[in-house]
Amino acid sequence: MAAPRYIKAYYDDDEKLIGSLKILKEKGVEILDVLTPFPVHGLDKLLGYRRSWISRVGFIGGAIGAACGLGFQAWVFVKEYPLNIGGKPFFALPSFIPVTFEMTVLFAAIAMVFAFLMRSKIGPGANPVIHDEKITDDRFVILVGFKGDISESNINGVKGTLKDTGALGITLKEDIELSKNY
Amino acid sequence: MYVSPVREPLIQGDKDYKKITAEITAPVSKKPTIYWFIGFTISSVAAVLGIFAIVMTVWKGIGLWGVNRTIGWGWSITNLVWWIGIGHAGTFISAILLLFRQKWRTSINRSAEAMTIFAVMCAGIFPLIHMGRLPLGYFIIPYPNTRGLWVNFNSPLLWDVFAISTYFLVSLLFWYMGLLPDIASLRDKVKSKILKPVYKFLSFGWTGSARHWSRHESMSLILAGLAAPLVLSVHSIVSFDFATSIIPGWHTTIFPPYFVSGAIFSGFAMVLTLMIVARKTMNLTEYITVGHIESMNKIIIATGSIVGIAYITELFMSWYSGVIYERFTFYNRALGPYAWAYWIMMTCNVISPQLLWFKKLRRNVAFTFILSIFINIGMWFERFVIIVTSLHRDYLPSSWSMYKPTIVEVTIFIGTLGIFFSLFLLFVRFFPVIAISEVKSILKTSNKKYLDKHK
Repeated sequence: MAAPRYIKAYYDDDEKLIGSLKILKEKGVEILDVLTPFPVHGLDKLLGYRRSWISRVGFIGGAIGAACGLGFQAWVFVKEYPLNIGGKPFFALPSFIPVTFEMTVLFAAIAMVFAFLMRSKIGPGANPVIHDEKITDDRFVILVGFKGDISESNINGVKGTLKDTGALGITLKEDIELSKNY
Repeated sequence: MYVSPVREPLIQGDKDYKKITAEITAPVSKKPTIYWFIGFTISSVAAVLGIFAIVMTVWKGIGLWGVNRTIGWGWSITNLVWWIGIGHAGTFISAILLLFRQKWRTSINRSAEAMTIFAVMCAGIFPLIHMGRLPLGYFIIPYPNTRGLWVNFNSPLLWDVFAISTYFLVSLLFWYMGLLPDIASLRDKVKSKILKPVYKFLSFGWTGSARHWSRHESMSLILAGLAAPLVLSVHSIVSFDFATSIIPGWHTTIFPPYFVSGAIFSGFAMVLTLMIVARKTMNLTEYITVGHIESMNKIIIATGSIVGIAYITELFMSWYSGVIYERFTFYNRALGPYAWAYWIMMTCNVISPQLLWFKKLRRNVAFTFILSIFINIGMWFERFVIIVTSLHRDYLPSSWSMYKPTIVEVTIFIGTLGIFFSLFLLFVRFFPVIAISEVKSILKTSNKKYLDKHK
């Protein structure tokens, strides 16, 4: 059996990319990944990506931060080392708010950034395949699979469809593992 | 899509995606100009002098400064508040303008965020060395210790520790996450054998995958949502350092909004100072246009007018409250021994920005540059006036005193300016000054070539 394969091609314009993706989707072509120089709007909807969970991660991080911040201050000033400051109650809620707020923001931000990096498998030392050095410049690259059917006729069929949509630099790649970067 | 015909295009000239990458990354692969070297030499010499003065202060003690028992907060706290304030513009541009969908931010946000980070670094130096015993600086962090003590969570000075460090970390994350795609652009663009692996490491392996972009956008939006109240909280908390005390001239509820708008006012002035030089020397006038400068000037006039109203409200309330100490403080500010500082502040912050009501002046680059420097000076004097004139004559005439900075304090301040400009010059040399991917994403709605095509 031949190794699983995929096709790499690119468009030179974001509007062309969106238009072509619509056609490819209608024809039932498998799209593995799309790589763009900037966030192209409408792309995630077109590719059927679910809404990112990152907002929920941020909320959970923030909630933990708020609980830790407020809980710690309350513990220190009510239980561990009560101090009479201006005759106020030991649990001086208003003056605990600033630190609680800062901890909320800090934890939420750190949680989201870590979630983003881990989920996207990027970070210091990450060494992914760079499909095309021009992706960060002006090329909108798409990676196309064959849904397991790698017969000569299917491959040529997909290639033809891509060519019809105006794709450039259509090349067949051997190792499908390379296309899994996300 | 609809584009208002009265708006001038945000990106001028005949641009396409390739050109944007090439023009913005150009300074990285070119040898820097002679002006860059002159600027970098001057600022790094200043930085070294400042570090020397800091070492002297730590070695010998605070006695090297002009502060005394009456005026405990001299230049060092003035500088802290000034630097923190400058940082606020960066977060305002990248967070609040993002939430308001202001597209003109894309040309200036990256460098304004960098400015924020460097300014907060400079600010952080001052409270630490002001403690006098720098090696014990970690006492401000709540950690279990053999003394059995905790920090005082009821004190605004402690809130500051949390506010400023959170502000620094969140700004750094926000800036760096936004920078990832642009560092990847550099990684794919530079030829140098030394720089390429460095950018490769720094780009965290950014590929531009649609899934990454989708997450990146969600994250940026929420980070902006978090950074917006954060930036308002930081200067509010800095103002609490003053407002929660009982010193006349400090004990006012107007302080938080007044400080926040003052911070954004001074920050935009600094952004203008830096950007007007950068756009000219780095050939970026088609990205940072006169229209951008005008937009920033509009924010300057809005925040500057709030600051002006705040000054006048303070004066009014000191008279109307009937408190003799308050009345005296403001009388003393305007007519006492530090009146010169008060009137410099009034001229630079209240009168000079009002000139921007004239469209001709708003769009005049040279005028804006000079004005931005006036505002920087004026806002520095604002903090000086608030701190020194309130402290030097308060309730007890027997402890009245005068304050004059020593050469060591002046050198430390110049040193932080040196550190700030050195870091900024390194940033413009090795990183993209303009957010490449963000400018590309607005190209088709903001460049004349594409707008004409859609007609």
